Amino acid sequence: MRSFSNTYIFVFSLIMVTIVAVLLSFVATQLKPLQEMNVQIEKKQDVLRSVGKAEDAAEAEDKNTYINEEFAKYITESYVVDFDGNMLEEEDAFNVMLELTAEIRKPREDRRYPVFIYSENGGPKKYVVPVRGKGLWGPIWGYVALKEDLNTISGAVFDHKGETPGLGSDINTDWFQEPFTGKTIFNEAGEFVSVEVVKGGADPSNIHQVDAIAGGTITSKALEEMIIDCMTGYVAHFKELANN
Amino acid sequence: MSTEKEPLFSPKNLKLLSEPLGQSNPITVQVLGICSALAVTVKLKPSIVLALSVVVVMAVSNVAISLMRKMVPPRIRIIVQLVVIATMVILVDQVLKAYAYDVSKQLSVFVGLIITNCIIMGRLEAFALGNKPWPAFLDGLGNAAGYGFILILVAFFRELFGSGTLLDIQVIPQAFYDAGYVNNGMMILPPMALVVVGIIIWVQRSRRKDLIED
Repeated sequence: MRSFSNTYIFVFSLIMVTIVAVLLSFVATQLKPLQEMNVQIEKKQDVLRSVGKAEDAAEAEDKNTYINEEFAKYITESYVVDFDGNMLEEEDAFNVMLELTAEIRKPREDRRYPVFIYSENGGPKKYVVPVRGKGLWGPIWGYVALKEDLNTISGAVFDHKGETPGLGSDINTDWFQEPFTGKTIFNEAGEFVSVEVVKGGADPSNIHQVDAIAGGTITSKALEEMIIDCMTGYVAHFKELANN
Repeated sequence: MSTEKEPLFSPKNLKLLSEPLGQSNPITVQVLGICSALAVTVKLKPSIVLALSVVVVMAVSNVAISLMRKMVPPRIRIIVQLVVIATMVILVDQVLKAYAYDVSKQLSVFVGLIITNCIIMGRLEAFALGNKPWPAFLDGLGNAAGYGFILILVAFFRELFGSGTLLDIQVIPQAFYDAGYVNNGMMILPPMALVVVGIIIWVQRSRRKDLIED
């Protein structure tokens, strides 16, 4: 076998890593806009799905344009509030939603809370709020749409990064999400009670409960915790809206 | 070394392509790359994408290493191999994130884990470092295809019995469910992937006695 001097080895390594570094940074920079757009499109699609729109996005010829158009058409208003229900005028709701991971690490009182308002042809409004939390293996998140009474859930979508396939991962399936529709998050006294995810089957007559996933208890409980954690911050704002 | 020019698809070269599909299959015979074979085979679609990704990474890395084989100092050859594989994997990952976002989400860490797939490094070390680019390309293609073939086979059975679907299309008719048929939840979990791989190995060895070790 040919022997190589130490100098050769050093020079070889230097050249190799330089080529690789240049190549990778070039590709990463080139593809970054596309990748960021994918993330934004996904979030827009999730917001739309929570109000029952864009269900047929997979069949759309140009998915990105389709989602952007639908989003612009149905999401008529968006804003950011703080814990006390004050409007944060200078904040953009969509940007805050993209930074939700960082937001939920702050204490509830210091977070910014984005709100998206859906309305079709000037019809009744729906209020969509993003929620995010920790599942069993990684982050879980979702979008909860409330009817105009700011109490009844009109739709909810959830997703996850890597919950157990077939168990916790089922939070993104219809059979888990559909029961949320029609549940209410405030009790008769007007206190925030959120929606309880009940192991072993919810009481069908209870309007604050849904079924947990058998075998996915930790994910189910984490999801319940996530809704409480993220929606508590909206209570002040919702009460203010309801009183006006 | 013979200076005579060998035809591109000589029997010897074709063997490089076909052997890894059968008698020297990386998964069932060499038992390499099992980790990802267990993890991503819940559904067909991610398995197919991962198989294709491995084909690309493997074929290109094999050729790259083969082209460099006379320049690579043996003392740092493992590091050089790792750098080549890692570069390719990052490229594939970035491209998937940009053009096949949904699938890249499903595959999550497993694209990155191609770097540690023993098959790739094994082929670079055992074959590409000592052979010309063309045979190295075929060898890479063959081994990746052998790996991908098993991946897709396992995913086929797991998705069929675990979810009743193939490529997310319902194939087990509703009538079966009405008659009391239930999807096998075990199929979705990694242990059953191991059992399915085991059954494939069993079937293969019972048909080819020469593969059975003492």
